[in-house]
Order: sequence, then structure tokens, then C-alpha cells
Amino acid sequence: MTALLKVDDLRVEFLTDTGSPARAVRGVDFEVGEGRTLAILGESGSGKSVTSKAILGLVDFPGIVSGSIRFEGRELVGARESELRGVRGTGIGMVFQDSLDSLNPVYTVGAQLIEALRVRMGLGHSAARARALELMAEVGIVDPERRIDNYPHQFSGGMRQRICIALAVALKPRLLIADEPTTALDVTVQAGILRLLRRLQDETGMAMIFVTHDLAVAGQIASDVIVMYEGEVVERGVIEEVFERPSHAYTRGLLAAHPGAVTDWRDLRPVAGDPMLSREEAIADGF
Amino acid sequence: MAIDSKGARAVLLPDATVSRTGARLTLHRLLHSPSALISSGWLTLLVLVAVILPPLVETAANRQDLSLRLLPPFSLDNGPMFILGADGLGRPELLQLIVGTRTSLLVAASAVAIAAVIGFAIGLISGYFGGWVDEVLMRIADIMHTIPSLLLALAVLYVLQPSIANLIIVLAITRIPVYLRVARAQALELRERVFVESSRAVGAGDWRILRTDLAPMVLPTIRTVAMLEVASVLLAAAGLSFLGIGLQRPDVDWGMMVADGRPYLATAWWVTVFPGLVIVLTALAANLLSNWLRAAEDPSQAARFIRRPRMRKAAR
Repeated sequence: MTALLKVDDLRVEFLTDTGSPARAVRGVDFEVGEGRTLAILGESGSGKSVTSKAILGLVDFPGIVSGSIRFEGRELVGARESELRGVRGTGIGMVFQDSLDSLNPVYTVGAQLIEALRVRMGLGHSAARARALELMAEVGIVDPERRIDNYPHQFSGGMRQRICIALAVALKPRLLIADEPTTALDVTVQAGILRLLRRLQDETGMAMIFVTHDLAVAGQIASDVIVMYEGEVVERGVIEEVFERPSHAYTRGLLAAHPGAVTDWRDLRPVAGDPMLSREEAIADGF
Repeated sequence: MAIDSKGARAVLLPDATVSRTGARLTLHRLLHSPSALISSGWLTLLVLVAVILPPLVETAANRQDLSLRLLPPFSLDNGPMFILGADGLGRPELLQLIVGTRTSLLVAASAVAIAAVIGFAIGLISGYFGGWVDEVLMRIADIMHTIPSLLLALAVLYVLQPSIANLIIVLAITRIPVYLRVARAQALELRERVFVESSRAVGAGDWRILRTDLAPMVLPTIRTVAMLEVASVLLAAAGLSFLGIGLQRPDVDWGMMVADGRPYLATAWWVTVFPGLVIVLTALAANLLSNWLRAAEDPSQAARFIRRPRMRKAAR
């Protein structure tokens, strides 16, 4: 297995006014192989979103990224903006959680797809439009001819997320980062989006990083998993094995808190510890 | 059943509206909005008057006839040009207004346009990039805000010759901070939005993001501010003319006419009231129209302009 993306000792700190920087990510390392899907699991505040943004170089000052992120052998940490722009979109694509806000509200979805295709893929206008229609059909938009000139607010949440996915896969990335793409959607729509992502992955062979806090979603889509807590990787491995034999107390806690694992709600065990608490308190909790 | 068919038709309705594109749609909405229609009518009339009439009436407008001094309005005894009366030197008020329209509109529109374009561009860049560039630009804007604009204008126009061009430049410079602040504030907010991040995620450069993500979102606000500013620039120009450092006779604008009429306010109200009324109406029209345009061009507010009776008819 050749590593498409190799992250080594990634650290992200945010400078604060009070002096001591907030350490969002504290020495994370993982690899994503060609065509593999890595789920990054963790609760809110565990640093999973910051990790995925750091991969695309989207962490701005006062955030400070250190460590190493190698994509297809190229070092991305400390790379110049122009270099990163070359990787973004065509090398690594990204789908965000908030599908309403990740499309520009003043342009039609068609205009946004066409712009990306023309600028980044060098297509002519009519070719780009044809490809945009194709992409919309591919992600399951019914009657793309009619919908291409609609504005983002005229789509439902699930449809918008499909457009966002179309926008991301339009540039044929080698790696797609999906940052909680289904969190804002209801369960049936969520299942559709997951099926769509898996199908696109089968067709294009792209690798995927799937950031989520939902164990069931991770189980459906991912081949490998890392579990993050407090900015560190506490558990890693092939997903079935991790779910089967969690080695870390936090992973066991997460699995015990999952409603699918029990028959009665009284058997649910809430996860002890709180990312908002200090690190020392969390360690005292046994993590 | 009735509800079903109604619901189905109602879903189809927006598409019928959407398929009508751009300018035609705006025009259609304009025809259904009385206040916006009247406002744009008034502004169009002023522009036409300003372009066509002044060369024809300029000589007559500046002819002084002391026998007609402070002639009351609404009488045709001295010909139609004296329908609005005469000013303190016996010049026909109506023709003075017509010539003044050209100067006033030229000064106000040019000053506003120059200030808006410069302030918009600098504000966007300042807000988006931030850092020391932003700091320096905002301190300069602060300084410009602290110096009373009237004082600046006095100083500049005293050194330079009072002329229409210089007046425009001075008014434009003093109004730049207004647009700069508005554009910067919006850019600051917009650059944190997810769609800007997602543009970056597909590899868009800074200038492209400025042009396609930020500018179209800030532009309607700037346009609204600009149209509101037309009124205050009109008044600022009038103030400078009143102080004798703005326009000089034989040039005339509305503000100057208001100033000229001030000594006679108790005895001859019309010398002040007519130009004053024109200023008020123009400012009001600009405000109403800008407000309407902002709402009408926002796709998510556009439904307000589909008239209810039409909807009901379509639903049936």
C-alpha cells in the first residue's frame, strides 16, 4: 500500500491574547493509502476538523501549523500559497459540513460549477456546461437541465450537499476530505449521500478522509479509522478490528455510548471527560 | 383535492418567474412597484432635463432684470419661464433650476462615483487581507474622519481655484472613508464564510475570491450607501457654494440657489423653497430607488415582488 497522504507529528496551535496558545492538534500522525477511506472519529473539539483543514493549508493566522503533511511526496506544511493552490481542488478536494453556506448565494449552482471547471480544468464554456450537467446528474440531481440555473437557496439541504460534492469531484481530486458532510442532514438523506460518496469513490478510485463523530457512519464508509481525543490520536487501525477490540479507554467509552450497541437506553454509558476541561482533569478520568 | 392541485401549481410558479431573466425581470418588478417607479421616473426626468435643456436656456437663465426682482410665482404675465417666479436679481427661477440641475447632478454623481469606487476597492482589499496594510489604511481613514470635511474643503479650494472639477475632487476625497468602512466591515465578515473557504479549497486565488465571492456581496450595500450619499453630497456642495468657495457665478447649482434665497426667506419664500424642494425630492427618490433595488436584486427577497393577486390567479 503506497501512502497517498502521510501526516507526521502534525501540530496546530492557535495563538491567544492570554499568552498560552490553544493546542488544537498535538502531534497527530496517520497515512491514507490510494483508494482507501480513513474515518477520523472524535467528539466536538477533539481537533478533527482542524486536522482536515490543515491538510489543505486552510488554517490561517493566528493558527500555526507544524509537523509534516506529505501529499504524493510533496510537503504541504510551510508550502507557498501558490503551491498549495495547485494542490487544492485537483489534488485534494473538500466537502464542508454547512452545505448552505459553502455555495456562494449570489451565483447559480451552474455558474459555480462552470467557473471551477473552466478555471481549474481549462474547459471552454460549452464544454464546462455540459460537464456540469453531467456532474449534477452523477450526484443525483433530478432534471439537471432545469436546475442548473437555480440558486443555492432553491435547493434542499441534501441536494445542496450533492452540489457541493459535485463541485469537489468535478476537479477529479486524488483525495477527498469530507468534513462531517452528513451531520446537518437527516438519516435518510445521509444514507443517500454516503451511497453517493462510495459510488463516486468506486468510479474514480479516489482516497477519502471522512471526518465524523458518528460511529455508524464511519462504520458504513470507512476502511480505516483513527480516533481523536484532545488533539491526539488515541486509537488507530482497520475499522472492524477497532470496533471489535477497542484498546483505548476512550474508544471503549465512545462505543458504549452508541445507541446501536445496546437494547435499552439505560445501558448507554455517556462518555466521561469533556474537551472543555483541562488536560489534567481528562487524564485523571483515565484517558 | 383542491389543496393538492393548488400546491402543485404553486410549486411550478417560481420556475415561470425564474425563467424570465435579468433586466426584463427587474423591469417587470419595477412596473409593479409604485414608489420605485415614480422615483426612477423623477430621476430620469432630471437627467434628461440636465442633458438636453441647459444649452438652450442658459442665456435666458442668467439675464438679470431688476424690474422683475422677487417676482411671485404661479403667474404667466411675464411668460412661462417666470412660472416659478424670479430671484433677487430678477433671474427666472425655473430656468435657473434647469441649469442648476446639470451642475448639481454632475457634481453629486461624479463625487459619489469616484468616492464609491475608490472606497469600495480599498475597503475590500483592506478587509480581506488584513494585517498591517489594513492597519495603515484604517488609520488614514480615521485621520480623514477627524478632519472636518468642511475645513479640508475650505483649505483645498482656497489653494486651488474653485471650479467644478476641484469641487468634485474635494467632495470625493472627504466621502471615501464612508465606503471604505462599509466595504471593509463586510469583507471582514464575508472572508470567514464557508463559501470563501470552499473557494479556497478548490484552489481559487485571492484576487478571484475578491472578485467573485466578496465583491458581488458587498456591491449592493455600496450601491445603497452611494445613493444615500447623493443627498448628503448635494447638501455638502450647497454648503460650500453658500460659503462662497464652491461654485462661482455664472455657474449655478441648487444649493447655491437655496443660499441665494436665504436673505429673502421672510418676504419671498419661493426663491429658497423651489430649489430646496427639488433637493428633497431628488434625495428621497434616490433613497427609495436604492432601497428597492437592493431588495429586488436579492434572489431570496424577490418573492416579495411577485404580487399576490397574480399568485392567486396562477394558483387557480
